[in-house]
Amino acid sequence: MEKIEVSRKLEGSFVGIAGAGGLGSNIAMALARAGVGHLLIVDFDRVEASNLNRQYFFLDQVGDLKVEALKKNILRAVDGCDVDMINGKLVKGSMADPFRDVDVVVEALDDASTKVSFIEEVLLGLPGKPIVAASGVAGIGGSERIRQRRYDDLYLVEDPKALSSEEDVLLCPKVGQFAHHQANIVLELLVGGSE
Amino acid sequence: MSIVVNKRSVDFIIDESVDRLLKRMNYTFPMVIVKVDGTLVTRSRFSSHLIKDGSNIDVIHLTSGG
Repeated sequence: MEKIEVSRKLEGSFVGIAGAGGLGSNIAMALARAGVGHLLIVDFDRVEASNLNRQYFFLDQVGDLKVEALKKNILRAVDGCDVDMINGKLVKGSMADPFRDVDVVVEALDDASTKVSFIEEVLLGLPGKPIVAASGVAGIGGSERIRQRRYDDLYLVEDPKALSSEEDVLLCPKVGQFAHHQANIVLELLVGGSE
Repeated sequence: MSIVVNKRSVDFIIDESVDRLLKRMNYTFPMVIVKVDGTLVTRSRFSSHLIKDGSNIDVIHLTSGG
């Protein structure tokens, strides 16, 4: 595909991201830098000092709302990305609602139970809408285990051997690897892959 | 008479629900997405949804961290 056509397609794309933590903040920055024209990011949290080992925030943003801090960081990095933010918790039964109009949904949540509920609600509530999820982001090394799977509309990046974040560390390199892997799948869904 | 679970062929058992199948497969992790022949079976229906002979089942495990 012509480079100009890739830029045009990305500029006209709308991606929704559930969560602005280790995965979501890095995915949002990657997609904005790649030229995605419109992002929707949903999160309820504030930046904590303990987030800075993996999340795309800065020391002077500790205490700020993640959605507001992330929007500022995106707009410091790129020009012309339209960033919509929802500061709020996704509530069971209506988790898919904010994502009705996006081209691709990204699952960037933390807790496994919330991940399952969100994926279920998107698959049921928004049939035909692609959703890109991640599982097994904790730990160090083991990059050879990371793989991507497709189950119809559900695309999953996973390390099947990884421990949960209660049992192992969450650090920028592996979390970032997953975030960029998810972002790369999003681009492929939006414009098609390179041969 | 068999079904396929995560690409493995296993015996079909009559009147087996999704949660009983997960137990039989020793899938002890609680956080899973289950698709039967490409259709989502939500967690709320694990005990009532019965597996049919010849079904193709994906059990997708989600681990905390993000």
